[in-house]
Amino acid sequence: MPPREENEFTSERHVYEPHKIGLPPLRPYVRELWRRREFAREMARTNLRAQHFNTAFGQVWLVLNPLLLACVYFLLVYILRGAGSRGTDFFAHLLAGLFAYYFISDSIRLSVKSVTGGGRLILNTAFPRALLPLAGVITAFMRFLPTLVIYIPVHIVAKLPVDQHLLWLIPLILLMFVMAAGAGMLVSALQVYFRDVKNFLPYFLRVWLYASPVLYYADEVPEGLHWILYVNPLGGLLTAWSDVLIQGASPEPWAIGMAAAWAFGIFIAGGLFFVSREREFAVRL
Amino acid sequence: MSSLSGSEPRIRVEDVSVTYRTSLESAPTFKSTVLRLGRREKVVREVEALKGVSFEVPEGQVLGVVGANGAGKSTLMRTVAGILPPNSGRVEVHGRVSTLLALGVGFNRKMTGRQNVVLGGLAAGLTRDQLADKYEEIVAFAELEEFMDLPMRTYSSGMYGRLGFSVAVNMDPDILLIDEALSVGDARFRRKSTNKMKELCGQARTIVLVSHALGTVRDLCDQAIWLDHGELRMWDEPDAVIDAYTDFLEVGQDAVTLEDV
Repeated sequence: MPPREENEFTSERHVYEPHKIGLPPLRPYVRELWRRREFAREMARTNLRAQHFNTAFGQVWLVLNPLLLACVYFLLVYILRGAGSRGTDFFAHLLAGLFAYYFISDSIRLSVKSVTGGGRLILNTAFPRALLPLAGVITAFMRFLPTLVIYIPVHIVAKLPVDQHLLWLIPLILLMFVMAAGAGMLVSALQVYFRDVKNFLPYFLRVWLYASPVLYYADEVPEGLHWILYVNPLGGLLTAWSDVLIQGASPEPWAIGMAAAWAFGIFIAGGLFFVSREREFAVRL
Repeated sequence: MSSLSGSEPRIRVEDVSVTYRTSLESAPTFKSTVLRLGRREKVVREVEALKGVSFEVPEGQVLGVVGANGAGKSTLMRTVAGILPPNSGRVEVHGRVSTLLALGVGFNRKMTGRQNVVLGGLAAGLTRDQLADKYEEIVAFAELEEFMDLPMRTYSSGMYGRLGFSVAVNMDPDILLIDEALSVGDARFRRKSTNKMKELCGQARTIVLVSHALGTVRDLCDQAIWLDHGELRMWDEPDAVIDAYTDFLEVGQDAVTLEDV
């Protein structure tokens, strides 16, 4: 008998008991999930390779696409609102907002089919299914990072402040990640039950962009429509994002509060929905 | 493993029932749900795949599972593997499980062989180091050295099956669940895989084997169970179970029922 390394899981004890709709014990679930985090990373890397992310031209296209879109939107706003009212700082706001928004929407688009598309693996291996949408979110995050680098020269050219307020970006990016993970789990589980969720997504995502303070500053929203910023999960988050980057100020308490509440709310709702349903996925595919 | 005494079974299945609802629509959509509102159409069907099945597999034993198509053999394997939860009863499994189930291993045809082996291993809970150790073994056993960086859609079905078998048996599992997958590849590979199975049996691994090749079951297994319409009909020595099973099917024991062709 060949020598076999002893480790924590060679003598693992599994007990499977009925909990079809209910939640599995969460602590072991999270532990299993964490132990297999490499899987999500490898899956993301494989996804990126499939999108030619590892070639120079693939990377260029990845940043060129949102950059060109930012130019289109800038032109649109410039025509609609008239010249003079918009300067380079607005372009910086538009670019930063679009990049952040694309991180969230890419996460959702990449994770929506992760469960229905991962059929073979789900039918044959027992592992925490939440890894599949999380791999989509990690893929989107890896695409988001280079766009941040593109933003830097725009920030400098627009002569925007560089100071300690920029440290706020770290918790804001974390909140985006949490929100993206929750939304990814939610849509990928919904997609199992309604295979046309992915067909509705483009419309939903477009409206979401227009309802978010990306094509305009948050303080330009008319008084009577201010509720949109509260109802929109990205309202507070992107307001804080722009405050920190463009104004060089700490985010207003309402903005950061709404951002955290929405991010964790979506994460908990999406996570519980996904995890309580995931044992059923194997028979729904 | 040393912590387990010989008396403790590796797999214990207690009064397990599995009922699942399958949708009759191939792709359930929001649109069809809305269109169906008000009409009382039945679109889900309940399947009682297992009804109160109980058995145990002690360490080092090879258990054969026989039964007609649709008897619940694959559902049983999925339940033991932890993929399908039981609706009642309890499954207890001690040790790391490696599976080779019927619907082709969890391979994505768009990815290369290498990516599939790595992703499958990571999903099964191996670390990168463990995987790196086993990777060469897996590829060498499957004899697919030149093909590992090609997408799996370019593989022949024999190559596909060889890689699946090689991944399952080279994961160093404590418990191996194999669902009708011993007959992959050409005659030479089949001999090789049968030898590998015998080697694993000799190493005190616990194995559950689903097969329609009754000769293999007789040859390799220490015990056998017979499932019929989700119920456990018999749990005994392989010879007794196979005799009863073939009598029941009224096919008689000739070369065709004993060996797959």
